[in-house]
Amino acid sequence: MAGNVDALYIFLLIVTGMMTLLVFTCVIYFAARYRKQKGVLAEKIEGSIPLEVTWSIIPFFVFMAIFLWGAVVYFKGRTPPRDSTEVYVVAKQWMWKLEHAEGQREINQLHVPVGKDVKLIMTSQDVIHSFFVPAFRMKQDVVPGRYTVAWFRATKPGTYHLFCAEYCGTQHSGMVGDIVVMDPAQYEAWMGGGSTGPLSATGEKVFAELGCATCHRTDTQGRGPNLQGVFGKPVLLEDGRTVTADENYVRESILEPGAKVVSGFKPVMPTFQGLVSEEQLNALVAYVKSLSNAGPTGPKTASAPQNAPAASKGTQVE
Amino acid sequence: MSTALAQPVERENYLNKHYGVGSWLFTTDHKRIALLYLISITFFFFIGGFFALLIRLELLTPAGDLVQADTYNKLFTMHGMVMVFFFLIPSIPAVLGNFLVPMMIGAKDLAFPRINLLSWYLYVIGGVMMLHCMLTGGVDTGWTFYAPFSTEYTNTKIVEAGLAIFVAGFSSILTGLNFIVTIHRMRAPGMTWSRLPLFIWAHYATSIIQILGTPVIAITIVLVAAERTLHLGIFDPKLGGDPLLFQHLFWFYSHPAVYIMILPSMGVVSEVIACFARKRIFGYSFVAISSIAIAVFGFLVWAHHMFVAGISVYAALIFSLLSYSVAVPSAVKVFNWTATLYKGSIHYDAPMLYAFGFLGLFTIGGLTGLFLAALGINVHVTDTYFVVAHFHYIMVGGALMGYLGGMHFWWPKISGRLYPEGWARLAALIVFVGFNLTFFPQFVLGYLGMPRRYYDYSHMPEFQVLNVLSTAGATILGIGYLLPMIYFLWSMRYGKPAPDNPWNAAGLEWQTQSPPTTFNFDQEPVVTWEAYNYDEIDAGHREEVHVVG
Repeated sequence: MAGNVDALYIFLLIVTGMMTLLVFTCVIYFAARYRKQKGVLAEKIEGSIPLEVTWSIIPFFVFMAIFLWGAVVYFKGRTPPRDSTEVYVVAKQWMWKLEHAEGQREINQLHVPVGKDVKLIMTSQDVIHSFFVPAFRMKQDVVPGRYTVAWFRATKPGTYHLFCAEYCGTQHSGMVGDIVVMDPAQYEAWMGGGSTGPLSATGEKVFAELGCATCHRTDTQGRGPNLQGVFGKPVLLEDGRTVTADENYVRESILEPGAKVVSGFKPVMPTFQGLVSEEQLNALVAYVKSLSNAGPTGPKTASAPQNAPAASKGTQVE
Repeated sequence: MSTALAQPVERENYLNKHYGVGSWLFTTDHKRIALLYLISITFFFFIGGFFALLIRLELLTPAGDLVQADTYNKLFTMHGMVMVFFFLIPSIPAVLGNFLVPMMIGAKDLAFPRINLLSWYLYVIGGVMMLHCMLTGGVDTGWTFYAPFSTEYTNTKIVEAGLAIFVAGFSSILTGLNFIVTIHRMRAPGMTWSRLPLFIWAHYATSIIQILGTPVIAITIVLVAAERTLHLGIFDPKLGGDPLLFQHLFWFYSHPAVYIMILPSMGVVSEVIACFARKRIFGYSFVAISSIAIAVFGFLVWAHHMFVAGISVYAALIFSLLSYSVAVPSAVKVFNWTATLYKGSIHYDAPMLYAFGFLGLFTIGGLTGLFLAALGINVHVTDTYFVVAHFHYIMVGGALMGYLGGMHFWWPKISGRLYPEGWARLAALIVFVGFNLTFFPQFVLGYLGMPRRYYDYSHMPEFQVLNVLSTAGATILGIGYLLPMIYFLWSMRYGKPAPDNPWNAAGLEWQTQSPPTTFNFDQEPVVTWEAYNYDEIDAGHREEVHVVG
C-alpha cells in the first residue's frame, strides 16, 4: 500500500509543484515587469474566453486523472484479499485490544507475520477511534455499534507506530501502540505461546453458554435459522430484501435481532444488547464464520443448499 | 504629530455626528454596526490566538509538560470554536461587508438596519455565552463535536457551548438575509448586475451559504443537546442512534462554512488587485460566476471529511469527484487574478502586499486540497497535521490575509485616517513569513504520520524539530498580527487625515467623503460606468463624481 500511495503522492507533488511554479512565476514576473512606471498606463484588457476555457478544461482533466488514480488506490486499500489472517480489534478509551483468530490476545501491540495479508475487523466500546499505521499508509475509523474493516500487508520486519487518529478524549495521545512485524518463523514461535485456543472455539463456548444452540440447531428443526455455511452468503429476508451475511449482519442479528429477520422465521429472538461484551461478540462472529470455513471450498458450496431448505422448513414450522 | 491633529474643523461624518455610548449601542447605521463588530471580533481573535500560542508552546517538546491533557484538549477546542464561529465567519462579512455593501451599490444603508443591529446583539449574546462557558470549564470535544463523544462521554459544557454557537448562527443568517435583500433591491440607478463590484458578488454567494447552511448546524446542535439531556438515541449506537449521521449533518454546514470564510476574502482580493494593478479584473464575469459556482458546489462535497469514517466506497467515490468540481472555479479565480497583473501598472502599497500574500497562501492551500480530495492519499493524511496545515492555509492564509488586506485598503475610508505605510508593509511581510514557517512544516509532519490533537508525542520524538519550527513561526506570526492592531489604533489619534479617495480607486465607496456621512451619499449616485474602469480614471476620462456637496 505504502508504495501505491507514495507514487500518487509524488505524482501530485510534481503536478501541484508545476502549477505553483507557473502561478508564482507569472505573479512575480508580471509584478516586476509591469510595476508602476511614470507615464505608462495599464493596458485595457477585458479578458479572453479562449483563455478562460483553456484554464478551466486543462485543470479539469488533470483533476480527473488525479481522482481516478486516487480512487484506484482507495479501492485496493478498502478491499481485503480473500484468505487474509483475521484480527479482531476492540478500541476503548484509551487502549487497543486485539485478538487473533487463533486466540492470542494483545493490548496496544499487534504481532503480524511479514508478507501476509492481515484483515482487521474493528469496533469500539465507547466513542469513535481511528486505527492509523502511518508506515502502512493505512487508517480506518473504529466506530461503536458496527464493524469497520481494514487490511494491510507488511513487507518489512520491524516495529511500526500505531496511533489513534480520531480524537477520543483525555488520553487520546496516549492511545498509541506498536505493530510488530516478524519473520514467519519468529511469528510461529510467538504464536505458540499463551493462546487460549482459537477465537472461534471461544465463540462456540459462548454460543453454548448463552443457549443459542437451542434455536439455531444444526438441523432444520430450529426456531432460528441453521447457521451452518451462512456466513458470506446472501440471505433472503422476511421483507423480501437480500443482505450478505457479513460481520456487521451477524453482529446486528445478535444485538438487534428484529431488524433483519430471515425469510420464513418469526422475530422471536431476544436481544443480547448489554448481555454480551464486544469480545464475546467478536468470538461469536468468529464462530459463525468458522461454520462456513470448514474446508477451502467444499463445505461452502455444500452448505448453500442446506441454507435454503432451512429457510423453507422454517416456513413450514409457522 | 501635531500636524496630524491640525485639522481644526472636521466635516460631519458618521463617527462624529452623535456621541455617547447610547449612540453606538442603539445605532442602526451599518457603518457603526460594522465598527461594533470590528471591536467584538478583534477581541475574540486575540482570545483564539492566545489559545493557539499555548497549543504551540505545549508542542515545543514531545512530552506533555506545559498543561494537563484535559487543558490541552480544551485549548484546541476553544481555539477552533472561537476562531471559526466568533472570528472567521463574521470577520469580512460583518465588518467590511457591513460597512461596504450599501456603499458599493450606492445605498444609504442595508435593507433592514434594525435587523442588522439585532444580528450584532445576537453575536454578542452568543459571544458572552461562549465566554461564560470558557470561564466556567470549557469544552473538550474539538470544534467538531463528534458524537457519541460529545453526546454521552464528555462531562464538559457541550450544551452551553452549543447554544452559544446556535445563537451566533442566527446573527450570521440575519446578516446573509440582509445582504441578499440589499443587493437585490437597493442598487443605485445604473448599478446593473454586470457592474457590481466582485466584492458584492462574493458577498452574495456567501449570503446564500449563510442562509441555507447555518440552519443545519443549528438543527444539529439542538439534536446533540437533546441527546445529551434526554438520551434520545439519535447519534449514540448504544441508544440505537448512528454516529455517522452526526458527521453528515455537521459537515453539511461546516464544509460550506469554509466558503463563508474564503469567498468574502476572494472578493476583497479582487478589489485590491484591480485597484493596485490599475486594471479591470481579467474575466470579470468568470470571477463573478465562479463565486456562485463555489457556493453551489460547496454544498455537495461534505462527505470528503468522512472518507475513513465508515461510509461506503461508492459514496466516497462520488464525494471525491464532486470535490474536484469545486476546485475548478477556485483555480479559475487564481488564474484570472494572475492575468489581471499582465500589462498592469502595479503599485506595491500595503493592501496589495496582502493580496500577493493571499495569492501565495491560497494557491498552496488550494493545491494541497487536491491531495486531500484524492481518496488514496486522504486515507493516509486525514486526521493528521497535513489537514491542519491545509485548512489553516485556506482559513488563515487565505481568509485572514484577505481580511487584513481589506482592512488596510478601506481603513482610510472607515477611520478617515492614514496608517503608517512602512509599518503596514513590514507587517504584511512578517505575517507571510511567520505563517509559512508555522504551517509549512505541518504538511511534512502530517505526511510523516503525526496525528492531530495530540498533546503528548513522546512516543515519536522524531517529530520535535518540525514542531519547534512551527512554534517559532507562530511567535513571528503573532507579532505580525499584533502590529496592525497597534498602528490602526495609533492612526486613529495620530494618523494623517485621509483624503476621500487615497488610492484613486474606482468603487462608489470612494466617491463619498472619508469617513462617510451617516447616509453615505448626499444624493443618490447614478452609475454610468463599468466596474473597475481604471483605464478611464487614469487617462482622466472619467469625471470624478462628487456626490457629496
